[in-house]
Amino acid sequence: MKTVFKRTPTLKDCPTHYCPGCGHGTAHRLIAEIIDELGIHDRTIGIAPVGCAVLAYDYFDIDMTEVAHGRAPAVATGMKRTNPDKIIFSYQGDGDLAAIGTGEIIHAAHRGEQITVIFINNAVFGMTGGQMAPTTMLNQVTATTPKGRTRASEGYPLQVSELLALLPGAIYVERCALSTPAQIRKAKKAIKHAFELQTNNAKGLAFVELLCTCPIYWRMTPAESIEWIEKEMTKVFPLGCLKDTK
Amino acid sequence: MCGNEALAEAAILAGCDAYFGYPITPQNEIPAYMSRRMPEEGRVFVQSESELAAINMVFGASATGKRAMTSSSSPGISLMQEGISYLAGAELPAVVVNITRGGPGLGNISPAQSDYFQATRGGGHGDYRTIVLAPSSVQEMVDCMLLAFDLADQYRMTVLVLADGILGQMMEPIVLEKKPSRELPPKDWALTGAKGREQNIIRSLWLGEGVLEKHNNKLKAKYEQVQENEVLCEQYEVDDAEIVVVAYGVTARIVRGAAAKAREEGIKVGWIRPITLWPFPTEQISKVANEFRIFLTVEMSAGQMVEDVKLAVAGKAPVVFYGRPGGSVPTVDELLDKIRQLTLRHEIKI
Repeated sequence: MKTVFKRTPTLKDCPTHYCPGCGHGTAHRLIAEIIDELGIHDRTIGIAPVGCAVLAYDYFDIDMTEVAHGRAPAVATGMKRTNPDKIIFSYQGDGDLAAIGTGEIIHAAHRGEQITVIFINNAVFGMTGGQMAPTTMLNQVTATTPKGRTRASEGYPLQVSELLALLPGAIYVERCALSTPAQIRKAKKAIKHAFELQTNNAKGLAFVELLCTCPIYWRMTPAESIEWIEKEMTKVFPLGCLKDTK
Repeated sequence: MCGNEALAEAAILAGCDAYFGYPITPQNEIPAYMSRRMPEEGRVFVQSESELAAINMVFGASATGKRAMTSSSSPGISLMQEGISYLAGAELPAVVVNITRGGPGLGNISPAQSDYFQATRGGGHGDYRTIVLAPSSVQEMVDCMLLAFDLADQYRMTVLVLADGILGQMMEPIVLEKKPSRELPPKDWALTGAKGREQNIIRSLWLGEGVLEKHNNKLKAKYEQVQENEVLCEQYEVDDAEIVVVAYGVTARIVRGAAAKAREEGIKVGWIRPITLWPFPTEQISKVANEFRIFLTVEMSAGQMVEDVKLAVAGKAPVVFYGRPGGSVPTVDELLDKIRQLTLRHEIKI
């Protein structure tokens, strides 16, 4: 019998702590597959964020560190500058990257650090209990916007990819969605490109934003969550390649 | 060479692979010097966007086993406390230089010793320590840097070099010579890519019942080892002294002058100069503390190290404090006057 699907070696054979319907598992799987396909397992160093994915090193079978909230791009800078032959990637959520770590991601991109950043946008702070993130949608109910986010009080959702695409140091910026199989395949292509730029020693930062489900704090079923990404989130966070200077 | 430049060159001599920093007075000579010298040596220099980023760049380089440092001055060191706490939790070596200035807040840019509490009590959150070296000459800035990188690697700790604006700016002749390094453990924990071995993980998060307690106790045992083995202090004419002055850094130089003058007047003054502020020379001070002596602690602060002196003296002798906070520097004559007053007040025979 022909094997059509199997565990990829860089992903450990263990259950994750993620909630049912959460997109982190899919994102992990894609990254692990790409690491294996590119044959870079032996020289890749990953950086886990503070947030739901803080324990990512329990799932990725590569050298990894966990760092202070939002500081991953600075840590990645220290790693890559002293180890130009290594492949450095950070995996950050929207609380981590778009709130407390805004300074670090903007300046790492601004300096054109040769790193790969995977940005998980699920429009909410997951680990701390579903509070508003900078990416929370207008009218979205969260633990800290009980009546829904308003533009008057909390402002508009922050579009990080659009911001970064303005910077010459960010050479590749793409937004994908972990919703349907078709979109997931597109996401894999984008993540792979973001890693390949680094393996090809391209001079700049590669950034992939992944719209990702959080059924628990969206107060939806997994199926509704996928639909919400497709119908609502993509209105504010349009999918596609914002920049690819290669 | 000014103190800041000497310190920077010593870091290069010590094998510092990477310098990350953000401008702040009075330490700007260090990044300026490093921006020229590190690339010359084929090493890394990055001017970061903030002190937060700088200390995290140090974290990143150190996590891969490289020798990394940053430098700043008081307000910048406050910002780095988050990173220093994470470095402590993750047991990563790092060298941090604080060329202190007056505080709190923006304070001023004059030399001060008001960061003693922050330096010796950890500064950031959690149960941890940093080794604190306090040079009092440009030569000692060099010696402390050479030692700092070794101590950091040996104990996988942050070593803080605490100097002030005077030491940073003053010029003195120095000898730049690499001393034989102590035997250091291999960095088999470093993130170098999991090639032919199990993955390495650098972390400061320890969930699960009792797991963090175990980790904290491991750190505690390490800190006790440092306390046992790494105390450095200098003492002078303490044996017959009726007044023992305790001071560190540039203040100790002024004390030395005042003590010599007092001796000329027949006042029996000796002094103790802690070089490691943590671990503090508690035992050395305790040994010479008795009822026939007065301890005078002199600091460029409103009174910080004096608390450690009191703990060391443990009530066996009076401990008097004289301080000039806010970036003011005491003079030799000022200290001599203070010493004279003590002889009157405590009826010490001349």
